[in-house]
Amino acid sequence: MCGIVGLHLREPSLEPRLGELLAAMLGQVVERGPDSAGVAVYGDPRLSPPGREVVSLLGGTPAEAEAALPGAVAVQADATTVVHADTDLLAAVADALPHATVIGSGMDMAVLKGTGNPVELAQSFGLASVTGWQGVGHTRMATESAVTPEGAHPFSVGPGQCLVHNGSFANHATIRRELRAQGVRFDSENDSEVGARFIAHQLEQGADLEKALRLLCERFDGFYTLLVSTSDSFAVVRDAIACKPALVAETDAWVAMASEYRALDVLPGIENSRIFEPEPEEVYVWRR
Amino acid sequence: MATLIDLVQTPVRELNQALHAPEATSWRILNPRGAHAVACGIREDLAVDIEGHVGYYCAGMNQRATVTVHGNAGTGVGENMMSGTVRVHGNASQSAGATARGGLLVIDGDASARCGISMKGVDIVVGGNVGHMSAFMGQAGRLVVCGDAGDALGDSLYEARIYVRGTVKSLGADCVEKEMWPEHLAELAELLKAAERDEDPADFRRYGSARELYHFKVDNTTVY
Repeated sequence: MCGIVGLHLREPSLEPRLGELLAAMLGQVVERGPDSAGVAVYGDPRLSPPGREVVSLLGGTPAEAEAALPGAVAVQADATTVVHADTDLLAAVADALPHATVIGSGMDMAVLKGTGNPVELAQSFGLASVTGWQGVGHTRMATESAVTPEGAHPFSVGPGQCLVHNGSFANHATIRRELRAQGVRFDSENDSEVGARFIAHQLEQGADLEKALRLLCERFDGFYTLLVSTSDSFAVVRDAIACKPALVAETDAWVAMASEYRALDVLPGIENSRIFEPEPEEVYVWRR
Repeated sequence: MATLIDLVQTPVRELNQALHAPEATSWRILNPRGAHAVACGIREDLAVDIEGHVGYYCAGMNQRATVTVHGNAGTGVGENMMSGTVRVHGNASQSAGATARGGLLVIDGDASARCGISMKGVDIVVGGNVGHMSAFMGQAGRLVVCGDAGDALGDSLYEARIYVRGTVKSLGADCVEKEMWPEHLAELAELLKAAERDEDPADFRRYGSARELYHFKVDNTTVY
């Protein structure tokens, strides 16, 4: 199982409601993944103030982060600590907080993860009061690795990039080995992390998001519906068999994707949206 | 006058319990909002109208009732239905009519992947297109597609019969086009009429099993 929700706003007047809408969507896919959850939000002024570099961490506290990183401001959201600072934060975190796991970084994105009931987690994240222009969320039913905050989605391994996955990759160990041989570092044995690292690696090599996702379709075996976001785009792709569900709804005000219709039904204007199921192995990308 | 049930106020379980011991023959259900298992397991000759989009397994296991969805349906609409009529005015997600044994399932819009997977006697009429692997392992019944069919139509088919008016992207293993005989035109005309459609049976092509797969070979019957 696993549940996916995502919302890409086109209408700026909806930005104050991003977190509230994302939380409502997440609440509709709890049964699909009751063991843990995570979200990524783009453009919240408290978590990612304009012009500041943002790093999301597991395994640290805000006090510890602020003490170790001069000039940094840290916020706690359930198991996650979100830190922002003027410059070079990612490198500074690696030096100053070596025991912490980086679960996201970028200029305008924060990643929040935890274990437990997704509705309670959303409250613990303070999600309803988050604002911004894009958000993705995931409720997890673990199959390939342990139920830990690190194992929760999204997987964010490149600047501003996020991947959420419903399904399971069959050949992830092979691809992990190949990427490791090319110098890519991994945090876990999780199959979805391999997908995220593969996309980040392709983007780093110069591919655009469409190409990276097409290459993923060629290289990965298994079941997947993926929602991939970056600081300027929102993309969906499904495997050839397409047994993991996906629905997209689109209006002039937003594009949304979810595992099930009930998560889209909470959105304003859904009754006049264009609703469709993404075709297998077709890459859909919406840009800001 | 239909008995009105608003799913904002009434849980689906209570609705289904009411439909299983019905005190009325006509029902109207409001605000399904993508809920799962709406109007499942009915055994009586009821008319149930659902106003909005439903989630998974709507009208599953239906017997005798006429269930109409005035919206889209999620995965597995009419799955394992035995008799009666299930009609979706919008589109249906994957596995519509999966394993269904009887009755008529009509989808006015498109049905996505695996429509009629493992169908065992149901008749399915789709006004639009069907997705890949439709009628996969279909054992009995008829699938009528007024639009186009996706990849691997009728893969590993047994005895189900398929009629397609538009194009077929590709045929699945052991599925072949077959000649339209008068008896096929006659049954297709009946199915289209039952589905209240006005397409001309002469515009359709027929597909079925070539019966060449392993399990059709008599020499293999004693292998295990």
